[in-house]
Amino acid sequence: MSILNIRNLTVRFATSTGSFTAVDGIDVRVDKGEVLAIVGESGSGKSVSMLAAMGLLPDTATVTADEMTFDGQNLLAMSPRDRRRIIGREITMIFQEPIASLNPSFTAGYQIEEVLRYNAGMSKRDARARALELFKQVGIPEPEEKLKSYPHQMSGGQCQRVMIAMAIATGPRLLIADEPTTALDVTIQKQILDLLMKLQEQTGMALILITHDMGVVAETADRVQVQYKGKKMEEADVLSLFEAPKHPYTRALLSALPENATGDRLPTVSSFMVEPEVKV
Amino acid sequence: MTVVVEGRAITRDYLVPGSLTRKAKTVHAVKGISFAVERGKTLAIVGESGSGKSTLARIIALIDPASGGELRIEGQPVDIASQRLTREMRSKVQMVFQNPYGSLNPRQKIGDVLMEPLLLNTDTPAAERRRRAEEMLVKVGLPVEVFNRYPHMFSGGQRQRIAIARALMLKPTLLVLDEPVSALDLSVQAQVLNLLADLQAEFNLAYVFISHDLSVVRYIADDVLVMNKGEAVEQGTREAVFAAPSHPYTRELFAATPITDVEAIRARVARRQALRAATI
Repeated sequence: MSILNIRNLTVRFATSTGSFTAVDGIDVRVDKGEVLAIVGESGSGKSVSMLAAMGLLPDTATVTADEMTFDGQNLLAMSPRDRRRIIGREITMIFQEPIASLNPSFTAGYQIEEVLRYNAGMSKRDARARALELFKQVGIPEPEEKLKSYPHQMSGGQCQRVMIAMAIATGPRLLIADEPTTALDVTIQKQILDLLMKLQEQTGMALILITHDMGVVAETADRVQVQYKGKKMEEADVLSLFEAPKHPYTRALLSALPENATGDRLPTVSSFMVEPEVKV
Repeated sequence: MTVVVEGRAITRDYLVPGSLTRKAKTVHAVKGISFAVERGKTLAIVGESGSGKSTLARIIALIDPASGGELRIEGQPVDIASQRLTREMRSKVQMVFQNPYGSLNPRQKIGDVLMEPLLLNTDTPAAERRRRAEEMLVKVGLPVEVFNRYPHMFSGGQRQRIAIARALMLKPTLLVLDEPVSALDLSVQAQVLNLLADLQAEFNLAYVFISHDLSVVRYIADDVLVMNKGEAVEQGTREAVFAAPSHPYTRELFAATPITDVEAIRARVARRQALRAATI
């Protein structure tokens, strides 16, 4: 049973030199309780397709799709007011730069209470109590103290935990994590990924993980979608993808991993794909 | 075997100035590290943010002075705090930085980027400077036509090639590479790593390779030095360190690094399926 279903999504940006197609006819489907990894390099359109679903793209973007439904509700035909009832509550998102994602002028506590009051309709007192609970749930040390801290007083890992606490505050049914650990050290990355997976398993929410890191994919995903230059190259369950990648681009990505190096040289994408525009 | 660079008990302290409410204190960023790199070999320095690896890199690259200990380049002691660097010494050690978007002057044409080191450090005539810059462009896999272009016209991987070419203009014996592939996509990372391997073989270069990525280190290093909080917690040949890491921090680092091993994925998928079956 799919929770988010997007068919034939195209995103074009108007630029000074004409129209640029960032996402070119991509389908995205994620089931309830499923972890979908969207993997690709820069320019693959992996972030843009999710921002389009969230309605977060600037006015210069033109979004078209045959279908874009969340839990059976048509996101394309919805009024902005109805859409806001879903975005930020039922679907939430966390981003790559945790420190930049938070407002530097307000305390972490103020920012999470804001979410709870506006998106969950809580009173100030309830929001304060719930914020503390959420901070404990995402494993922030000294949660009472940290509620009063400003983003610059916390580490990147702690800020990402605050972002996660804000994202799960409304009990979303889908969490989109856009490169959530790219800016973090590898030991912190493991903690954050473990936390995301634990929360996913506890709440049963669906999780879309946007990443460029095949290692992150291997350790989290149920299903994987590989994108390249705005097109979908391959879609498979995680085991099949690593065991027997079908598309040359996926094979190229996997063999470009230094840990898979055989001999002295690393194969590069160009040694796998003569014509990079091939479509599956 | 000739040792190109040798450090003996290198330390680096920073004085953090106090304020009305805070006492001044000294931060020991590097706490007595010894190492040696031979011609044609690569020493990888591994650590997370705050480990002091970049501080050490800047000391080895003769950018910052050490607070204590002795640094020898080709057997000669060098201390930039007490004596001006000779042009000859300056030419021996060159550096490549992490962010190729920040390390090239946006107003400088590529040709000028490459010729500047020669202009500043040698008495090479203009025609010869140009010839050698063009030659180097070809060596790093760029066409000569890019000579008159500006950095913004290049991708991250191409810029890193330019930064590498600039570092090689003075025919150094030692290249200090501070996270040279961290900002690059996987497929581009593979190309740059291949290029570095080719150049090392051709010019018999010694590399000090700073990285947080163990899979890259395993691919490129001869010797590995693991840093944590300014100390070298583990030091040895690549084979020894990867086969049997002795320090708990190294083991933690290894455990946190995501692996793309098919058997590990199979076990994880099975665990998730069991979990899902139990909740339904």
